[in-house]
Amino acid sequence: MRKVKVGIIGTGNIGTDLLIKIQRSKFLECGIFVGRNADSEGIRRAELMGINTSCESIEAISKNPGLCEIVFDATSASVHLKNAPILKKLKKYTIDLTPSRIGKMCVPAINMKECLDVSNINLVTCGGQAAIPIMVAIMKVHPDTEYIELVSSIASKSAGSGTRLNIDEFTQTTIDAIESFTKVKKAKAIIILNPAEPPVLMHNTIYANIKKPNLARLKREVNKTANVIKKYVPGYKITLGPVFENDRVTTMIEVIGLGDYLPKYSGNLDIITCAAVNMAEEYAKRKLLSKTMNN
Amino acid sequence: MSEIIFFDSTLRDGSHAIGHQLSAGNIKEYCRQIDDAGLYTTIVGHGNGLGASSLQVGLSAITDKDMLKCARKELKKTKLGVFLIPGFGTINDDINPAIDVGVDLFCVATHCTEADVTRQHIEYLRKKNKETYGVLMMYHMTSKEKLVEEALKMQSYGAQGVIIMDSAGASTPEMVSDTVSYLSQNIEIKLGFHAHNNLGLAVANSLIAIQNGVLIIDGTLRGFGAGAGNCQLEVLIGLLLKIGISTNLDLYRMMDVSDNIVAKIMKKPQEISSISLISGIAGVFSGFANHVKQAAERFKVDPRDIFMELGKRKMVAGQEDFIVDVAMYLASKKGSEKESYDIESLL
Repeated sequence: MRKVKVGIIGTGNIGTDLLIKIQRSKFLECGIFVGRNADSEGIRRAELMGINTSCESIEAISKNPGLCEIVFDATSASVHLKNAPILKKLKKYTIDLTPSRIGKMCVPAINMKECLDVSNINLVTCGGQAAIPIMVAIMKVHPDTEYIELVSSIASKSAGSGTRLNIDEFTQTTIDAIESFTKVKKAKAIIILNPAEPPVLMHNTIYANIKKPNLARLKREVNKTANVIKKYVPGYKITLGPVFENDRVTTMIEVIGLGDYLPKYSGNLDIITCAAVNMAEEYAKRKLLSKTMNN
Repeated sequence: MSEIIFFDSTLRDGSHAIGHQLSAGNIKEYCRQIDDAGLYTTIVGHGNGLGASSLQVGLSAITDKDMLKCARKELKKTKLGVFLIPGFGTINDDINPAIDVGVDLFCVATHCTEADVTRQHIEYLRKKNKETYGVLMMYHMTSKEKLVEEALKMQSYGAQGVIIMDSAGASTPEMVSDTVSYLSQNIEIKLGFHAHNNLGLAVANSLIAIQNGVLIIDGTLRGFGAGAGNCQLEVLIGLLLKIGISTNLDLYRMMDVSDNIVAKIMKKPQEISSISLISGIAGVFSGFANHVKQAAERFKVDPRDIFMELGKRKMVAGQEDFIVDVAMYLASKKGSEKESYDIESLL
């Protein structure tokens, strides 16, 4: 079967993890893997795998646009600001993994279909991917919830320089995405880098101010949503709740990574790359299907 | 040694001790009376800084903005300071509004090994011409060499000083002299020290820090602060007087504010409870104390065991949610196998 070609910009943790996941895909293949740093571990890995690489970053794609139909941008928010208009001109389906917020905010468990019809989608943040679908489920049961909060802690070792230098966008984008997807009046997001050794698993706690929660219904909705996410993020798990304590409903989520590039504790990396690959595959499936029908 | 400047965190660290329930009246009265005392800055806000009012750490009684407005009106000679931990507050939601209120000085804080997350905020504030200091919390969790590396990062971002915090009050006098002298020899910007009193050494360790080269002392009146509290500034000033180190502070004024205002704000006298002591031994953030007590009661486990387990797992400030996790874990283990948390096993 023919596969759809993808390009990856950014050879850091996220880009390299995407590359490894794509090797397994039935619908995708990597046409080009580009970055700025010729000495990066990612570029070395890609070359060993026989992948076409370049250190000219986006220029390599501009020069040779036939190498990919879908582009993942795993650079940084400020770099994506420059890349986005170029990719638009090249008519590439763009999946942005930085917290730039240029494209349509995408959380596959919530709005996958709509996101296939636009040219640039943004995957919010790892905390957003993990928590927002659960928050939407909670809001479905208790639509008058006025305040919801996320505490997302990730192992220090799994936060690359991109995440660190974008910590402010990372926090703000998560807050704004929670508010826009759930329609809650006020949201808060707290991001914590945990330096503990051995590294801790990605851990998310959701608090919602609900006076008289319908716990049975909440549990049902939360588990239903978790099962949808599990389909594309196998290591996703509700570890506690929803439980009612101190006048708030608490739910805890743990994400164990697939261990593709970084070790399994990096669930934060995995949840966003899994979501990205899931979107690319859906896009590719549609493309392949329409081609078959046209023939 | 009169060039030492004093950062007053009474209305910031003290906020932890009263569940972040500082009122507008508390802030106004305190700031009005302390303004003349000669302190370099009075830092005001939630215990974990701007944007930290949350279900996770505790909700403030009034908004950050209202707290800062109250303080701004009263502080004329002393700079109005705020504290911010990236990941809690953001430039858009928190820093810009604070600048609008007229905050003079910013402390951008992070765990001692994570200085690079302060880059955006320090650089942004320096561009706005705001006086900015970097803060490395829980300094006891890493080596002095690593601390220098992290402090130099903050220096390169434009921070005008770096304050190391003994957040868990886990320092011995030797740790302070060794770390402070090494740091002060290896960085160009001012070095500061923020003590906690879990092992009864906050004042002594602050003095040792001064004797080894720090130029900034961060403490609180009456020692008002998280857990066992902080370096009691008026006591330190008295001690400095006695050993012939002069400061430009008005000691009587500080004593009066301590007795007449801070004592009223405090719910109980600052003490070293067994919980605080154990957190100092375990090297766990003192601000966890109230959360640990609640979890211990709820899951019927010994709060000391929770602290020792948190220490083992190297939990850092902001991870209050893990306390419930640990309490549940300990509760589930109860009776099956008895793990020993004897002090001996730590040494």
